[in-house]
Amino acid sequence: MDPSRKRKIRLVVALSVAVLLAVALVYTSFSASSEAKEPSQLIGVSSGGSYEVTGRVVKRSVRHHGEGISFRVADRENAAQSIPVTYTGTIPDPFRGGREIVLAGTMKHGVFVGERDTLVTKCPSKFTTNSSDE
Amino acid sequence: MTAGLGSAVLALAFLIAVFAAVAALIGRDGNRRWIDISRRALYGLFALLTLCVVIIEIAFASDDFSFNIVQQHSSIETPTFYKLAAMWSSQEGSLLLWAWVLSIASSLALYATRNKLREIVPYATAVMAGIAAFFTGLMLFAGGVNPFAKLSPAPLDGIGLNPLLQHPSMMIHPPMLYSGYVAFTIPFAFAIGALITRRLDAAWIRSTRRFALIAWAFLGFGLLLGARWSYTELGWGGYWAWDPVENAALMPWLMGTAFLHSIMVQEKRGMLKVWNACLIVATFSLALLGTFLVRSGVLQSIHAFGDSTVGPYILGLIAVVLVGSTGLIVSRLDDLRSEKRIDSLASRESVFLVNNLLLVALVVAIFWGTFFPLISELFTGDKSSLAAPWFDRYTTPLAIVLVLFTGIGPLLAWRRVSWDSAKRVFLVPAIVGALAGLGLALFTDAGGKPWALALFAFAAFALTGLAQEFWRGAAARRSLHGGTMPASLVAVVARNRRRYGGYIVHAGIAVLLIGIAASSSFQTKQDVRLRPGQSAVVDGYTVTYVRPTAKVDKLAFTAGAALRIEKDGKSFLLHPTRRFYRPTGVEGGTISNYFAGESDSEIGLRAGFLRDFWTALQPSIVGIQRHARAADKGFEACVSGAPGTPPQCRAVSQLMRAAAANPSLRPTALAQIESLQVATAQRIAQGYLSEDAIATFRVIVNPLVTWIWIGGLISLAGALIAIWPARGARRRPAADTELEALKEAKYREIRDAELDHAAGKLSDEDFALLDAELRKEAVEILDAEQPAEPV
Repeated sequence: MDPSRKRKIRLVVALSVAVLLAVALVYTSFSASSEAKEPSQLIGVSSGGSYEVTGRVVKRSVRHHGEGISFRVADRENAAQSIPVTYTGTIPDPFRGGREIVLAGTMKHGVFVGERDTLVTKCPSKFTTNSSDE
Repeated sequence: MTAGLGSAVLALAFLIAVFAAVAALIGRDGNRRWIDISRRALYGLFALLTLCVVIIEIAFASDDFSFNIVQQHSSIETPTFYKLAAMWSSQEGSLLLWAWVLSIASSLALYATRNKLREIVPYATAVMAGIAAFFTGLMLFAGGVNPFAKLSPAPLDGIGLNPLLQHPSMMIHPPMLYSGYVAFTIPFAFAIGALITRRLDAAWIRSTRRFALIAWAFLGFGLLLGARWSYTELGWGGYWAWDPVENAALMPWLMGTAFLHSIMVQEKRGMLKVWNACLIVATFSLALLGTFLVRSGVLQSIHAFGDSTVGPYILGLIAVVLVGSTGLIVSRLDDLRSEKRIDSLASRESVFLVNNLLLVALVVAIFWGTFFPLISELFTGDKSSLAAPWFDRYTTPLAIVLVLFTGIGPLLAWRRVSWDSAKRVFLVPAIVGALAGLGLALFTDAGGKPWALALFAFAAFALTGLAQEFWRGAAARRSLHGGTMPASLVAVVARNRRRYGGYIVHAGIAVLLIGIAASSSFQTKQDVRLRPGQSAVVDGYTVTYVRPTAKVDKLAFTAGAALRIEKDGKSFLLHPTRRFYRPTGVEGGTISNYFAGESDSEIGLRAGFLRDFWTALQPSIVGIQRHARAADKGFEACVSGAPGTPPQCRAVSQLMRAAAANPSLRPTALAQIESLQVATAQRIAQGYLSEDAIATFRVIVNPLVTWIWIGGLISLAGALIAIWPARGARRRPAADTELEALKEAKYREIRDAELDHAAGKLSDEDFALLDAELRKEAVEILDAEQPAEPV
């Protein structure tokens, strides 16, 4: 086979692999992702769905129960819009009222039920002094 | 006063950076005077920015809270070590660090090339100075990020550094990452210079290769430290989470890995020039993107360092870099044509090409996943994000194939390999890899995890192949020069640092990936709830909660547990704790304050070569909180001097009333209250100890995880060996000129081929052919020397 033809074949193979990878990326990412929602978008949703809620933990709303915790989470920009959350599993060290969190889970009777061990708390590089919370 | 001085020095630094860029451009047509001036201006920039850093550090060390940055990130009680390292926990401090490291790297690069690359250097200087001007200008003009911003009047104490960040590795981690990001500026700047001047041979690569390697090593070490911190400090037990900011540091590292490999192909064969130019532009853009992501808050990340004002500017710089470089590369396509073609698929250069494609595919997948929230918002209007399993699906197979290639690459010679020599070098590693795979499948539970099994087999192949390379190299040297085997090994490594340093990096990566595969596929993770005295069994280990512990001091309330772990008659103790910090910077306050601040975990860890036993504690603080609330009430009653309170309460309340009238008594009153608080907290701690409260323990039995850190350190050592200049090059100033560097490189190539031949990698015929080709190329270089360029 002459070299230029060989090169062409190689190029076609490489490009098809690249296209395949791209298609796979697009396809799997749209099917595997979970919808990110702000609490205000979940107000009124009674049950079902698979969401990833992002928002700010309402200060002084955190309650420890035997195994888990419950708290309210509000929109980042609008503290008035909040939903109740229950969660069991690992609680990240930085978790506390006033912090931003990301949590996967589903809605049950108007309460966001967090999936075990999916609570992510944003790590602040700064201390915030006066946001004391229980 | 010093803050004013700092601002002035920073402004001067900005001006000198702009001046250096302009001077370099004036000297672009070979005007030595202006080129020298621009170089010295960059040395001056380094001096000025060093002064800025010193001023900031002095302010931190001397608790000068009139500096906003000090007040926000330090406090009187912050340990000195963390005071000195607190600079880069702030946005303005990290920008200063960026600019400072850039001034160091560019000064070094310009010093190293002061007699070389006459045409390229002015443009490279302009690019480096321009980027330095961008970052110093950002601090001055973007608003809110001037490290010398003042507070007036100066507060008495600062807020302090987040205790989560008070960890030695956390203090080295950011400067390592930043140094890595920044050092990629150097090869980028020289690539731009080479493109503009159309000097597209490998000269710019030879002069900046070492910087790319340094950047790569720094970035890799920074990633390793971050993983280690996450594992030991976050109470989560993982070392990697595909968090956007982690990805942001991993992507330039992977792209840089591809670049370091493909530039060798350009150096030796004059090929892949477009590819190399694209890779370094991509690497540098990804490094800027990393800086941007950490600071912008565009993506949901654990590392969300507050709302930033500099994000849009950095994004603008990335756009300029991408558009400008792409335009430049497209306009130079004719000059970027390869000097040669790949001779054979069975050659090191073609393996490098495959490795490059794999690495780029890896970056593309990670990039897509990282930015998917933005992409999905664009198409569907919803910000959807992808979790770790999605990333694993793509990165696992790609990483496995890459391990295979870390083994194949070193076994192949440049240009072409005959079937016979291939058989000779591949036989043993292939057998060992196959046996390892078979053995693990039959005798361990690795058979159930095909991905992990494949990785183990490939890693065994790679490690054997690398060991064989060292063995054959040493044996070849010994047959030529005599001596013992260990001495020959040291000599052959010392004389071929680049090659064997690289092999050591490969070995380290293979070891690291074994650690990752084993610990992610075969770990046992369990949350157990125990009362003191109770036991649970995790992966064959009996975990007994012996007793709770509690400690109270001025800084924190520490709840802990003594755990006894037993298996097969052997036992050891672990002491995981959780500290609840009092918020600092708040005077007085209540008892429950103790539990309102940050909290962090000290894990109980028993590390071993075979497995780590990892524990973290989550104490139930329901009881503590109840006690604390009751204590708050009692405390209020006490200081208000309510009837029926103990006599010392009355003394305190009298003191407080007196202090309200007479401010000079305030410190005494506050000290009184604090000691009362500590005493109360101590009583609560006693209560916690005696109430037998249930506690949750996260227990992880993590096989081979230690090898992640060991592999990382092996790689780092390999990179250092490859970076370190050869003994001859240090003594001989000859390689100062471009032509000498070219001769040196060709000479090295001839020697490489001789070594490959002696080590059995090249058959006699292959070697004869290759040697003839190389010698012909060397003669061409010597012929070209006659019309010598001005030295």
